[in-house]
Amino acid sequence: MIAALAALALTGLVLIAFGARLGRRAFLIGAVPLAAATTYVALQLPLVTSGQQVTERAGWAADLGLTIELRLDGLSATMSLIIGAVGVCVLFYAAQYFASDARDLGRLAGLLVLFAGSMLGLVLADQLLVLYACWELTSVTSFLLIGNRHTESRARAAALHALLVTSAGGLALLAGLVILGEAAGSYRLSEILQDPPASGTAVTAAMILMLLGAFTKSAQYPFHAWLPGAMAAPTPVSAYLHSATMVKAGVFLVAVLAPTFATADLWRPLVLTVGCATLIFGGLRALRQHDLKLLLAFGTVSQLGLLMVLFGAGTRGTAIAGWMLLVAHASFKGALFMVVGMIDRHTGTRDIRDIPPLLGAWRPVRLVALLAAGSMAGVPLGAGFVAKEYIYESLDVASFPGVALVFAIVVVGSMLTVAYSWRFYGGAFVAPRRRPSGDRAPVGAPSFSFLAPAAALALVGLVLGVAPWIGDGLANASIAAYGGIGEIHLSLWHGFGIPLALSVLALAGGAALALGDRWIQPLLARGGSIPSGAEVYVATLRALGIAAARVTGFVQSGSLPVYVGVIMATAALLPAGALLLGWEWHGWPGFGRLSEAPVTAVLLLAALGAAIIRRRFSAAVFLGVAGYAMAGLFVLSGAPDLALTQVAVETLFTVVFVLVLRRLPEEFERQSSSRRRVIRLAIAASVGITVFVLALAAAGVRLSPPVSEEMVARSVPDGHGRNVVNVILVDFRGFDTMGEITVLAVAAIGAVALARVGRRAAEARGVAPRPTAPVRRLAFVDVSVRVVFYAVLMMSLWLLFAGHNQPGGGFVGGLLAGSAITLIYIAGGIDEVRALSRFRPWTVLGTGLLLAAGTAAAPLLGGGAVLEAGSATLELPLVGAVSVSSTLSFDTGVYIAVVGMVLMAFDAFGDDPAEAAS
Amino acid sequence: MTVLLAAAAAGLFAIGTYLLLQRKLSRIIIGLGLLTHGANLLLITAGRRGDPPIVGTGPESAFADPLPQALALTAIVITFGVTVLLLSLAFRSWLLTRDDEVQDDVGDRAVAGADVVHDEVSDQEQVIAREEAP
Repeated sequence: MIAALAALALTGLVLIAFGARLGRRAFLIGAVPLAAATTYVALQLPLVTSGQQVTERAGWAADLGLTIELRLDGLSATMSLIIGAVGVCVLFYAAQYFASDARDLGRLAGLLVLFAGSMLGLVLADQLLVLYACWELTSVTSFLLIGNRHTESRARAAALHALLVTSAGGLALLAGLVILGEAAGSYRLSEILQDPPASGTAVTAAMILMLLGAFTKSAQYPFHAWLPGAMAAPTPVSAYLHSATMVKAGVFLVAVLAPTFATADLWRPLVLTVGCATLIFGGLRALRQHDLKLLLAFGTVSQLGLLMVLFGAGTRGTAIAGWMLLVAHASFKGALFMVVGMIDRHTGTRDIRDIPPLLGAWRPVRLVALLAAGSMAGVPLGAGFVAKEYIYESLDVASFPGVALVFAIVVVGSMLTVAYSWRFYGGAFVAPRRRPSGDRAPVGAPSFSFLAPAAALALVGLVLGVAPWIGDGLANASIAAYGGIGEIHLSLWHGFGIPLALSVLALAGGAALALGDRWIQPLLARGGSIPSGAEVYVATLRALGIAAARVTGFVQSGSLPVYVGVIMATAALLPAGALLLGWEWHGWPGFGRLSEAPVTAVLLLAALGAAIIRRRFSAAVFLGVAGYAMAGLFVLSGAPDLALTQVAVETLFTVVFVLVLRRLPEEFERQSSSRRRVIRLAIAASVGITVFVLALAAAGVRLSPPVSEEMVARSVPDGHGRNVVNVILVDFRGFDTMGEITVLAVAAIGAVALARVGRRAAEARGVAPRPTAPVRRLAFVDVSVRVVFYAVLMMSLWLLFAGHNQPGGGFVGGLLAGSAITLIYIAGGIDEVRALSRFRPWTVLGTGLLLAAGTAAAPLLGGGAVLEAGSATLELPLVGAVSVSSTLSFDTGVYIAVVGMVLMAFDAFGDDPAEAAS
Repeated sequence: MTVLLAAAAAGLFAIGTYLLLQRKLSRIIIGLGLLTHGANLLLITAGRRGDPPIVGTGPESAFADPLPQALALTAIVITFGVTVLLLSLAFRSWLLTRDDEVQDDVGDRAVAGADVVHDEVSDQEQVIAREEAP
């Protein structure tokens, strides 16, 4: 079964992707996997009818408990045969329907095949989530099929309507399925149905949600409006999706769930009310239609209502009747849609007021239409008649509350069905002959191969109508869930009794309605004042759009301080709320060492100063002081690497900050009102208090020994280094460091791109860059820098090499080298920096990244894992034994990357203000 | 974690947040820097504080926790990179407007004012209008 589904999926995708040149043959190609799947199901029938289920499973995401489980039992076998047989007929029909030069036929064929595959998966699914996935797949393929002529606004609107309604129902279905699965403890449908969860609010909610999904999919009132709209699709699509298969998905779901859930409190009232309303409403609307296709669409709505009533009633008899109607409906509706397509193709119209007389060679078509319409109306010798007999019989003996009312409504619905069946046949074939036809040439009749699929379907209906016992085995297998005594033996003649009388009554009543059409139409027209489903849908969409715009306008005001304020306030208040609710006070931690107090005081005062001060440069300097105070705190906490890095970063940052600041106005202007300032202070204070409480709360909650104990223990034996922090950075957590230098690279590229874009625009305009004004050089700065530069560079290299065993490392080394470059900049300006090396800054950055990534990936060549470190001991002649580790090259890559970053920062901001202002 | 350091981190966060809510990009950058200092402080005080974790310089039981230090080091360097990017934004802002104030978003303001009717709705309304006029 999985192979069949996979074959369908593959064929569909291939046809969509490559079928453009195949033309009409694409349909025939698509029919092959579908026929194969049908044959497979047919071959399994002996197993199924003997009461066994054929199951298959495949793993999908076994860790999450998701497996693809399929089961073939009576009802799914019936649906599979319908999907397959009708599908093959439709594909052959489509090969004749479209003109040979029509475009995009490959896509249409592929979508039809994909749809068939997903529908098949839906009926075969045993796992709830697989069911849902196939459900949504059918919605999506239906959307694409309805909107096939996507240049027409009508097709687009109809496709979107169908998608929105069925997908909203699909979401409800998902919620219901998940609730059901959780309540039952298993996601396998067969297990849930055999061992249903105890009823309660959860199960009732799940039931209602699933019913909602079924109602939207099967076009029940009030969700029906998408089905007539979907008639914008090409007729073969309508014949397949919207009569025989997709709309039956909801009915199928109800049929599967009914044996277990029918006795629940809300099931019958809900399903029966909706079904009866749909039955009557669809029939009434069908009587008003002039377009044959719309007539059939509303007829389908009505029949779906009847199916919903039958399967939803949940008794053995109604289930048999429903099964019979399911099969009969597939055959006669499919045939009728195909006939409409033939009429449309050959006469150019579907309106019963305009169709020319169809004589002579159209006789076979008339016969097929007569058979199908007769079956629909419940005329004897049609499958529909047998179905109707069983319907009346089962409703007669059923005993659930309200059955009498339902019975009466079903009889009235049958009368309406007869009436619109006659409206169809009479409007297409009888009435045109009575109209004065003028001198129109007789219309050419469809060829045999065009008619054959419809004839085949009508023939099936006839055979089942005459000899319904053929379906015995499958019918019995389909109601296996109901248990009960004895086997059903489908027969044509049930004897004189109430069912027969009611059949006659329905035929008579329908005939009366048809004959009295002239008087009935004005009555029906009054019903047009009720807002139609389409109008409700549009009003809902419009209201949704306006509401969304209003909410967006309110929430997204466009002001950055507002956004940041909301984020920070939420970040402060949510954890604070959680803390207040669940926190136990463990007592105050220690106050702190006295040696830290001065450093902390300097830190806070500098931070305060940076916030209050009005001049930009001073604010930058205060920030730098705060950074150095942090470095002091790091030293006091036993983090020398960190302190080194902080000092280097702070120095570089202050330099770059000043480079940018020198262009901006000197002072911050006083801007905001005092009200805004109060709000800012309030948010800031709440953040501060939350962090304080959070820090104190986190102090006492350590439960397990820290991971780093193992890192310290392994640092020398595995990492070959004594500086644990550096070993962690380049070895144990080397991936983090790789990510870090990548971030640096990205930020550097962004900074340079943003900063230089003005210059590039000027160059593009052809403005020659002004020659750099010579920098005023101070002699003593020049000389001292030349001496100090090399010393600093040596120091940075020493930090790089020694970092594995002492405080240092690639980062610190690179930053120190960056400081050396800063000295060069201060002495000689950007030209001196550029003259330092031939390589452009981004080349340097890229080299560093490449080196680090290469060191990380190299072990893969030897069969090791990424970033696996190796070390070797070299015997150097004079120096002796030197142990070298591969982490050194990784660290060197980091070093070079950091140097490249600093060079790029200078490249971005380092130009003289006079030149950059061009 | 001591009360002193917790208070220091809280103070840094508060001042940083206040600056983050301003409109001048330079102040926002300063605020971000202070926020980062506070976060690093929280990081290293999350682990045990003690002697520098260099194997061989003393008893390993007295070592400071090296893992938060490594994480804080990564954070410092990345913040440097991100701040350089922000500074280039300020620079660009200066190039365009001679100041570094963050203006309100024009597109967002436009949405607030308009009642948008989407294509899908007007499509469907057209279809209904056509169907109702037989």
